[in-house]
Amino acid sequence: MQITVEFSGGLETAFDGNKKHVLDVPEGSSVNWLLHHMVETLMPDHKREEGKNIFLQDESVRPGVLVLINDSDWELEGEDQYILQPRDVIIFASTLHGG
Amino acid sequence: MLCVLCECRKAMLKRPKTLQPICKPCFYNVFETEIHNTIVESNLFFPGERVAIGASGGKDSTVLAHVMKTLNERYNYGVDFVLLSIDEGIHGYRDDSLETVKRNKVQYDMDLEVVSYSELYGWSMDQIVAQIGNKNNCTYCGVFRRQALDRGSAKLGIAHIVTGHNADDMAETVLMNLLRGDTARLDRCTELVTGSDDSPVKRSKPLKYAYEKEIVLYAHYKKLDYFSTECTYSPEAFRGTARTLIKNLEAIRPSTIIDIIHSGEAFVLKKKKEKKGKGSVVVKAKVEEKPVPSGGCSVPLAFDSSLGLSNRCTKCGYLSHNAVCKACVLLEGLNAGRAKMQIEGDSADGAAKNIKTLEKLALSI
Repeated sequence: MQITVEFSGGLETAFDGNKKHVLDVPEGSSVNWLLHHMVETLMPDHKREEGKNIFLQDESVRPGVLVLINDSDWELEGEDQYILQPRDVIIFASTLHGG
Repeated sequence: MLCVLCECRKAMLKRPKTLQPICKPCFYNVFETEIHNTIVESNLFFPGERVAIGASGGKDSTVLAHVMKTLNERYNYGVDFVLLSIDEGIHGYRDDSLETVKRNKVQYDMDLEVVSYSELYGWSMDQIVAQIGNKNNCTYCGVFRRQALDRGSAKLGIAHIVTGHNADDMAETVLMNLLRGDTARLDRCTELVTGSDDSPVKRSKPLKYAYEKEIVLYAHYKKLDYFSTECTYSPEAFRGTARTLIKNLEAIRPSTIIDIIHSGEAFVLKKKKEKKGKGSVVVKAKVEEKPVPSGGCSVPLAFDSSLGLSNRCTKCGYLSHNAVCKACVLLEGLNAGRAKMQIEGDSADGAAKNIKTLEKLALSI
């Protein structure tokens, strides 16, 4: 099934620089699975260690990075345990960049 | 899950301050109303006042400009807002964000004034970094920005600047002052309005109780046009570490941020007793607050104002307690190609050492 991942707040620089990705993921995948899948497939090899540090902490999203699942705060959707549905749009927004 | 406020729409976010699940319309309402309350409770504006919005094109100042315009129209503040931007001359960062501010000018129907370091000082930040290297450049940027904002306001005939400092920034500043033992600044850093006798311009922070999470969500939901890229020069390690600590604490206990601000507000510095010397009275050394830009780019410099009187810089005429103002001290160093100030913002004695270094430098020029 297809889902869309978007970055904002400059987080795309931790990946390959693109702000939007359409991904094919197995049905029943959780957001936690997606996080690791993104690190493996969307980060260039030479940037993976650094990028992972910007994106993740303790195997989940680093505090200061907001996650929206279909525009809804992931804190209301079960956070990384949320099970992805077809056509979901997941937005990762860093709050850490300057104001 | 339904919104706990209107009980009729789907909740879209969890408020970090209250943990309430709320919907978008209720979120806009509480977010804007809280800022309005901050403004009204402190009589921040008066009708007919001209106020500059310190605009970087980033999320905080863009949300600030949007909310100021919205509230000004909704509650008839009668304020004339103008966008004031500083062009530090950082290629790939400020040039791009200034394009955002130019679009904001049109979107919010406000005048825009841009003041550049090159124009004011003859040095862009890129040139400064090329000369002094990648360390301490936040000090230069901070000192120059403060004066640039003042000069921009003076040019516009404005005596009040609002800046986009948010609750997370405030908590970070309280924590940093606490960790550095800078009690004088700790005493004052949570104030909504700061005026100081080395600046003709009043500064205020209407977003001081607004969580960064809510600012980002507000900008996102309202589809505001903002720019988000980190300054290309490395941020201070000390500030970065304080910021990470606050974000980690917020994840465990979201009220931490407002609680730290509350602690900062409740902190009152015990007045030092006046010592009676031989005919001279040693007045408590007052320490001026430096505005901390949201980008996290400034080593605060303590300032000894025991003279008690405002003087003018002999070089540029800017308000200064010393014969030469801080910006001119730094400029002299740059121009002489010998900017060798060792400012150890990360060390425990950072603030005290800064004053000494600056004073020495001022004397040697």
